[in-house]
Amino acid sequence: MPDIEAVGRQLAQAVKGYSADYIEARLEQSQRSHLTYRGRELESVGQSTAIGGNVRALVKGGWGFVSFNELSDLPRRIELAVKQARLVGKEESKLAPVEPIVDAVASEKDSPLVIPLAEKKQLLDEYNDIIWRTPKLQTSIIAYGDSHKKVIFLSSSGSYIHQQRTDITLRLSAVAAEDGEVQQVGLSLGSRGDFSSIRGLHQQVEEMAKHAVELLSAPQVKGGEYTVVLDPVLAGVFAHEAFGHLSESDFVYENDRLREIMVLGRKFGSTELNIVDSAAMPGLRGSYKYDDEGVPATKTYLIQEGELVGRLHSRETAAKMGEKPTGNARAINYHYPPIVRMTNTYIEPGSASFDEIIADIKEGVYAKNWFGGTTSMEMFTFSAGEAYMIRNGKVAEPLRPVVLTGNVFTTLSNIDAIGNDLEMNQGGGCGKGGQVPLPVSNGSPHIRIRRCLVGGK
Amino acid sequence: VENILAQAKKVAEEAEVFLVSSEETTAQFEANRLKHIQSKQNTSLALRIIKGGRLGYASTTELGDTQNLINNAVETAQFGMRVKFELPSPAPYPQIDIFDPAVESTPIEKMDKLGQGLIAIVTGHTPDILCEAMVTKGIISFRIINSRGGQASYRKSIFSLGIIGSLIRGTDMLFVGESQSSCHPLTQPREVAEVVLKQLELAKNQASVPTRQLPVIFTPRGVASALVPSLMMAFNGKTVLQGASAIGQKLGKQVFDPKLWLWDDPTIAYRPHSRPCDDEGIPSQRTPLIEKGKVASFFYDLQTAALAGTRSTGNGSRNHGLPAPAPSTFVIAPGKITLDEMVSDIKEGLIIEQLMGAEQGNILGGDFSGNVLLGYKVESGKIVGRVKDTMVSGNVYQVLKEVIAIGSEPEWVGGFLQTPPLYCPRLSVASK
Repeated sequence: MPDIEAVGRQLAQAVKGYSADYIEARLEQSQRSHLTYRGRELESVGQSTAIGGNVRALVKGGWGFVSFNELSDLPRRIELAVKQARLVGKEESKLAPVEPIVDAVASEKDSPLVIPLAEKKQLLDEYNDIIWRTPKLQTSIIAYGDSHKKVIFLSSSGSYIHQQRTDITLRLSAVAAEDGEVQQVGLSLGSRGDFSSIRGLHQQVEEMAKHAVELLSAPQVKGGEYTVVLDPVLAGVFAHEAFGHLSESDFVYENDRLREIMVLGRKFGSTELNIVDSAAMPGLRGSYKYDDEGVPATKTYLIQEGELVGRLHSRETAAKMGEKPTGNARAINYHYPPIVRMTNTYIEPGSASFDEIIADIKEGVYAKNWFGGTTSMEMFTFSAGEAYMIRNGKVAEPLRPVVLTGNVFTTLSNIDAIGNDLEMNQGGGCGKGGQVPLPVSNGSPHIRIRRCLVGGK
Repeated sequence: VENILAQAKKVAEEAEVFLVSSEETTAQFEANRLKHIQSKQNTSLALRIIKGGRLGYASTTELGDTQNLINNAVETAQFGMRVKFELPSPAPYPQIDIFDPAVESTPIEKMDKLGQGLIAIVTGHTPDILCEAMVTKGIISFRIINSRGGQASYRKSIFSLGIIGSLIRGTDMLFVGESQSSCHPLTQPREVAEVVLKQLELAKNQASVPTRQLPVIFTPRGVASALVPSLMMAFNGKTVLQGASAIGQKLGKQVFDPKLWLWDDPTIAYRPHSRPCDDEGIPSQRTPLIEKGKVASFFYDLQTAALAGTRSTGNGSRNHGLPAPAPSTFVIAPGKITLDEMVSDIKEGLIIEQLMGAEQGNILGGDFSGNVLLGYKVESGKIVGRVKDTMVSGNVYQVLKEVIAIGSEPEWVGGFLQTPPLYCPRLSVASK
């Protein structure tokens, strides 16, 4: 394998010799392993290595970007990026100023790749056995993946940052079937490279499998508006979809109408509502010291006491909106330029206990666990892995999984209770602009939403 | 590549080397003007070995790093699945035209002009719309060889043109969009623009729907976002083999409306998902999935087919990993009724153009539920406006069991699906 350090040092000199407003480059070296079960047997196991890089150039407000995994002939790549940028650029380049940084950041954990495949397989076999012991269970799907990645970022303004990170993801699904009915329940976990975080899940896996069977006889909710209580996992997805994406300023910065709507100080929720994005929180899947433009990570309040107070920025969006950069420009890998992304996004805890939250609900829906979520800015949907009716202040019978939808301008203000039990969920992966799944985490305490639209029969 | 195969054969019974490289250039427009040009070069090499009857797998981007690649594959072969298939011997491949040199030679200036032209048509219709557009050209080179003498290679060209427009008035947001792709260069922005202009026209007024069951027309894009994800899962031979497909036991049975025909077809000339062979070197074929509403067959790769006691349909697909069954291009046969005739038949109903979130439900069971991101209300045979804050829920098997009519105007959606509109008698609608 070529040494990306040596290539990086050469590039750091080379990027200074071109007439562009700004040039940056990233070099990346990664190792991955994966184990996948579909059914009883291990279906796929593999190991891969990858190396590659990119050059991004800015000329008169236009960007050129060249990615490659042949590391030869780098001057030609830089020339191409500059040429492209020049073809595009007809305005003025604007980037929020940042101090050049030279730093090396080691990974917090040892690479999970040093753990023998046999040891990983044994743990997954235990989980799979638990699923298969459950009566009426049709099949299981287990996907484990880990990676260790070294990234060098360098720029024409003198930054040279070497960061390493490790990542682990585990998704388990149990599929139950009877008389042509098929139901599934899943469990998603992730970690910043700490393999022990996915050990000891035996009881959770057993509950998941039993719940899949239980769903075969569960009714589907009747569609309509309900008072809905979300558990911390699903409320975290809600925070991400309902508000997080709208606070990514690449959607906003060149859209005058959206800038009017997303004006700082606008009221979105009650004074109890606080939503934060913070890559500076250590040890989570969305955490880092520097983003992919070499900007230090920050903690950013998006909503404070119900008001819009901040948003997520790249250097360009910050400069064009006259705000401070927040260090939220991220790229999933070297094939892509960085774009504005969330990191660890959460609703801050309030004061209510779970019992208080559901106590006065006559008929409502308790939605738990994460299945998916997506947004179109104004409207968003998110789906629960588990759902129950709430009747007279108590969690009642299980329901088929539900899909919920909302409108950002009304749903946030319909949150009328926020629990005291914040939990961060590490199992998520975010998609935007073809870059998916980007490691993020989401979190929240239990929350209650009045008049939330639930799909159903 | 031959060298890697030769070395791998020394440590394993069988081996296969798979090499794909691509070059792609994109002109990306934001806020109605050109903002980025991107070029991407990518090479990926994968090695599959059969050792002790088990499968080993490794991949790399480093063509020179043979020893490490082989070692990684050998290590995984200790745990790999037991191989039930044989790698293919030399075979004749169908002649499928998927390469046009005019794609590679299209200059970036022409791509810029095409994007500008597209945006100009849309903003000419609606001046305050903000558009993002993408014009992409790409070349893919494919090569596979195995230790049983099987080998295949091809080059493919891809050109695509797409646009998303957002129109914001107060806190009301409307998103419209369309994209088209081909193995030929696209030269006329008009065709893409027409779809978007039609969406803008139909969404001019707002309308509301009641919370109850209504007749529904799925446009081709509606079919893609609401119904196709479940079908792709259900006809996947692997889902069937695991007993997780709702139609796995229904081969030859009447499950869908007798007017419905569906097949998987990677042999259509100049389509982006066409190819002479799949990612295991099995010749491409057209595979019937639904014939007159009956389940006709499922699609398979080599290993899944062997376990199921059948033959690969040439649907082995690699998505940065081992081959698994995947559809190439889904084609739903057109019927006899125009969209206008469907609309005029409805007293009160809904047209679904884009459903958001439909893939988040229990798609194995065929359930779908989502927010109608773009959809229109029909009253007394006329489209009266766009609906909002509306959810629909249904089950693919119930919806497609009885179809009132299949449209006579098929369209390509997202490069992977050709379908006409479908007109269904009822779907649950919930609205604020």
